[in-house]
Parts: sequence; structure tokens; C-alpha cells
Amino acid sequence: MAPTLLATLRPPARPEVSQEGLTAHVSAREFSVFYRKVEAVKQVSFDIPSGLVTAIIGPSGCGKSTFLRAINRMNDLIPGCRARGELVFDAANVYSPEVDVVALRQRVGMVFQKPNPFPKTVFENVAYGPRLQGTRDRVRLASIVERSLVKAALWEEVKDRLSENALGLSGGQQQRLCIARALAVDPEILLMDEPTSALDPRSTTRIEDLIGELRGSYTIVIVTHNMQQAARISDLTAFFYEGVLVEYGPTQRLFTTPEKKQTEDYITGRFG
Amino acid sequence: MKLATRRVLDRSFSGLGFFSIGIMAASLVVMLAPMFVRGLDAFVFKATVEHRRLMLERLGRGNRDATSGEVTRAASARQPVYDMITRFKTEINDYSADQRRIYRGAVRDLESLVRELLGPFPGEAQPVLIRQQFGQTRWDRAQAKIREILYVESYDYSDPTKMGVRIETPRVEAFRGTSLEALFPYIEAHAEEMLRPRTTVYWRFLFDGSMDAHFFGGIWPEVLGTFYLTFGAMIFAVPMGIIAAIYLVEYARDTWLIQLLRTCISSLAGVPSIVFGLFGLAFFINTLHVSESKSVLAGSITLAVLVLPTVIRASEEAIRAVPLTYREAALSLGAGKWHTIVSVILPAALPGILTSIVISMGRAAGETAPIIFTAAVSVGKPLKLWETASQPTPALPWNIYNLATEHEAVDEIRHIQFGMVLTLVVLVLLLNVTAIVLRARVSKKLRG
Repeated sequence: MAPTLLATLRPPARPEVSQEGLTAHVSAREFSVFYRKVEAVKQVSFDIPSGLVTAIIGPSGCGKSTFLRAINRMNDLIPGCRARGELVFDAANVYSPEVDVVALRQRVGMVFQKPNPFPKTVFENVAYGPRLQGTRDRVRLASIVERSLVKAALWEEVKDRLSENALGLSGGQQQRLCIARALAVDPEILLMDEPTSALDPRSTTRIEDLIGELRGSYTIVIVTHNMQQAARISDLTAFFYEGVLVEYGPTQRLFTTPEKKQTEDYITGRFG
Repeated sequence: MKLATRRVLDRSFSGLGFFSIGIMAASLVVMLAPMFVRGLDAFVFKATVEHRRLMLERLGRGNRDATSGEVTRAASARQPVYDMITRFKTEINDYSADQRRIYRGAVRDLESLVRELLGPFPGEAQPVLIRQQFGQTRWDRAQAKIREILYVESYDYSDPTKMGVRIETPRVEAFRGTSLEALFPYIEAHAEEMLRPRTTVYWRFLFDGSMDAHFFGGIWPEVLGTFYLTFGAMIFAVPMGIIAAIYLVEYARDTWLIQLLRTCISSLAGVPSIVFGLFGLAFFINTLHVSESKSVLAGSITLAVLVLPTVIRASEEAIRAVPLTYREAALSLGAGKWHTIVSVILPAALPGILTSIVISMGRAAGETAPIIFTAAVSVGKPLKLWETASQPTPALPWNIYNLATEHEAVDEIRHIQFGMVLTLVVLVLLLNVTAIVLRARVSKKLRG
């Protein structure tokens, strides 16, 4: 054990979160995901608290993205993918047949690894979700677009370029545009699948700052490869390894005094 | 491998590539250059006074005073020809019966050739066919006729091991020693005065109807028919093709049935087009009775079936090429499958789909075999839009074939045939250029 190394990973002054007294927004109970015969997520059980930032870390192929994409059922796109166990959101199992997937996805927004704005104008990108929900009024749309872009800390940069193609923005701007697009639908939960892995350090910092600003208003679940990032921005961290949830707890504690040997090995860089 | 060897290999490969591209370009030039040169001959040529008279009398075009002045001057140059023939015909009455018989036959041949060159003799009853009411309208054709007048063409078959040898004997020999001997040098010397050739741009060739089975006039019925058939085919093929492509990419599961269907579509693209023509006749006309007989409608549907595999395959590729992340983004925002397709996938696939449509248009415009049995006739009026459901039409590809093989006077109307070839080639080239431009435009818009 090398305390000096762990000390460098320690997050700056961020209040310790105790897991008691938090309301669970999403709860997994013995939840498994299969790709045909392969069990990618193995019977995980944990609660994602409301209004906080929860990071999921782990080496490649550990099932962290699969778990994240189960929450808004994006895994449905993959043929042969099915789930077992319970993933409870708003008192209902996300995978029960009665669930309206479209309604679910409107409440659980998602930001992807690579910025993926539509090849449309900046305005149309943000207005896409509200339009889907039936907002036709130009003035209301404009106000939603502005509010979402302000929340995503992009408004100042693009307010004069709303009618330009979104693909002309820089990578970091595109990713913040994607966040604005997700926020425009007014979701409760924001899922982020390695949102900074395709960005340069400057843009990464901006996105991380943005996550800090959104904390409290939204429940944020972020999958990241970057342990420093998890330490910097999250309140709680879950460590996945080979589909199993190895350890879950307040970020501060997990990074300073991990309970499991595997966790310690991973965060000190002995494997992964 | 040694550096020198690699260099030699690289050089020889790029050399080979350059060579084959050069061959391609050269064959394109060799193919297109004569088409353009000969095709342009239908639009720009030396027209005789007969052409101007035709335009004035039949279509009311041109300067009436100038043309009638020209006609008078041409008539006075022609008068000696008529005079000589009339005088000779009275002269032969004094000849012996045998001679009279020979000369009568010879002068009758001569008279009909002169009629073909200059039109009916003055004072003769107006013939029924337009081609007999006017002389040669084109100077190149007129010169060929003059040669026919000056020389009698015959073939020598005496050596059975060889093909017949053509012998041209001056026609004047037949009239040696008579007063008509002077006629031939006169025609040779005064041809230009009699016909008054002048370089003319006949751009209306495209928009004039044909007169007397393409002896005169333009090719508007064919051009219009080709447009009807092409756009008609697109009306059927494009929606069906795109919907089928969407189904195959977005909805169909990967079962053996779908695999079989894909294979069928690919093989359909390789079926000879004449088979589609017969299928169209047997199915659309004889079985479904979409029209009583050949019609633009039946031809359009047949062409649509012909280009459908191309549209499906190309649209499928275009839709498949849309990045998965667009789909994910739309779905994660709560879009349904159909809405994702309409609002995100189709717009992103548009350049590819458009290209496939325009290329299919080029194909449909140029196909001959499918319309032989279903839509094409050799002579016809330009159709009104509502007539296309029941009426057949002339069309460029079929009429090129028809004029080259089945027309009663193939040699007289070569220029029309080449004019059609040029029009069709330019049409298809334009469609392809449109495809390229459209693709570049839309891609640029998508890329931002």
C-alpha cells in the first residue's frame, strides 16, 4: 500500500457523503445483463442516490457501460441482449413489459462517448427533443433552447451561431451541445458514457465543471476510464470488475481506504 | 524486400493504373467525339431554300418576303432544267420507235430524280406525301442526289468469287448527241443557285414534331416520351425502393428468408432487360390490363421494376452507412423508431439515395428493350399528360434503333438518328452530372 500515491488521487475538498439518508433514484437488485449466453453484468445490487454524481469505474469489458445503458434500455438496440433481475426506477422495473421505453428515455437522458450531434443546425439539435414531445411554438422552443444551452455552459459561445450546422463546432462544444440536447427534454437522470474520452484536456475540464454545476439538479451517472476524473467529480463510486460490482461507496473513502484488494490494485494502477 | 524492388513495384503499379485510365479516357473520346460531331449535324447544317420554304409553309416560321424572293430566284435558276426536259420530250417524238422507247424510260428516271432534288415540276398537281412536296432541304443530301443524277450506279457481278463491284457511269452517256446533253453540266454548275444552301442553326430540332415519318422536322415526341417514361418509372420505383430499403435495414431480422430476398434482389439487377420487356407485356398488359395495349403507363412500371433493385441496393447501402450514433442519439431523446428514421436517418442518407435515384433515371432513360413491347411506337404525336395512361409514345432509345434499321429510307434520315443519339447521350450525361453536384451539395450541407 502506498499512501503517497493514493494521496495524489485524493479529491480536493469535497464533503464526504454518507450513504445513509439518501433517497435511491435507481435501484439494482440482483440485476444481470446477458449478450446471448455471456453474462456481461452479474447480479449487481446497489442504489444510485438522487441528485448526486455517481461514477462507475473499472477496466475495459467489465460491464460498466452495459449497466449504464441498461438504465434507459439503450441495450435494446443490440440483438440478443436481455436482462434478468430488477432495475427499479420510479417504483417500476425498467425491464418489465409494461414500461413505455420512449417515456423512460425522456426521463433518463444520455450523453455518449463520442460527441454525436445531428447533422442539423445548433438550434434544431437542441429543439429535437422538445419537438418530439409536441412543442411546436417557436417562441417556447427558443426559450427552451436558450435555457438548455445556458445550463450546458454553451450559450455564450453559440448564441450567434444557432443556425449554423452543429458539425462545425469543436469537439468539446459538440459534447456540451449533446448535453444541452439531453437537458432540453428535462430529464431526471443524466447518463454519461465516458463523455470526455474523445476530448482534449481543456474541453474535459469544461465538461467536468459543467457536471459540478448540474449536480443537485439532476441525478448523474457517469462511466469513466479516468480514475482522477471519478475522484474529482463524483460523490459515490462503484468499481466493476468482470461484470461483478466489487465495491461501492463514497468516492472519498473508496479512493483513500478501499476495502477490497482488487479495488486497491486497480486504483493504484497495478492492473487495468 | 529491398528498397529498390519496392520502388520498382510501386512505379509499375502506378504506371499500370495510369495506363488503364488513359485507355478509358481515350475510348470515351473515340466513342463520344463522333456522336457529338454527327449529332450536331442535326442542329447546325447547310439548309437549302427548300428548308426555308418548308418552315414557312408548314410552321409559319421565317421571313416571308425574303423566302419568297429566294424561291423566285431559285425558280428562275431551275427553269432551264424544266425547259430542257420538256423540249427533249417533244424532240423524241421524231425518233424511231425503238429509240423513243429507250429515251422515254431514261427521261422518266431522270425526271423522278429531279423531282426528288427540286420538288414537283411547276404546274404539276401537289403530291400527298410531304416528302414529295419539297425538294432536298439539306445541302449534304442535295449533293448526294445530284451525284445520283449525274452518275448511274450499277454493279458488276461477273466474278462470282467477289462481291459485286460498283460501277458509276455518267448519265450523260445515255443522252449523248441529244439536246439533253447540256442538262448535266448545267445542273452541276448551277446547283447552288437552284438550292441556295446557307448554314442554319435549327435548335428547334428538339422541340418540333416529326413530319412525314422523320423526313422533316424534329424529335419532340421522342424527347417528351423519354421524359414521361423516365419520370413515370421514378414515380413507381423511388417510393417502393426507399421503403423496401428502410424495411431491409431497420426492420427485417437477419433470417434465411431475408437473406434469400436480398439474393433475389441482387439477381434481379442482373436479369437481361429484354426479359423485363417481355415480363411487362405478359404481366402488366396481358394479365393486369393496366392499359388496353402499349402505353406510357405500362412502360413506366416495367422500367420501374427494372431499376428497382438498383434503387433498393444503393438506398440500403446509404441507410446502412448512417452512423449508429445518430440512431442512439435520437432514441435516447425519446424518439420512436419511425420518427428516428424520418427525422435523422433518411436526411443523413439522402446524398446516397439521391445519387442512386439520378443514376437510375439515366438507366431508365436509355433502356430500349423493356419499352419495345410495353410503350414504344415508331411514329406518334407528343402526348398530353392524361393520355399517358392509355397511349403509347415514341421514345429516344427505341427510335434510334428504329430509324437505324426499320425506317423506309434509312440513308435519307441519318442526321435525325444521330441527332437523337446526341440528345440521349447529353440527357444521360446531364443526369449524371446532376447526381454528382447534388451529392456534393447535400454532403457539404450535412458536414457543415
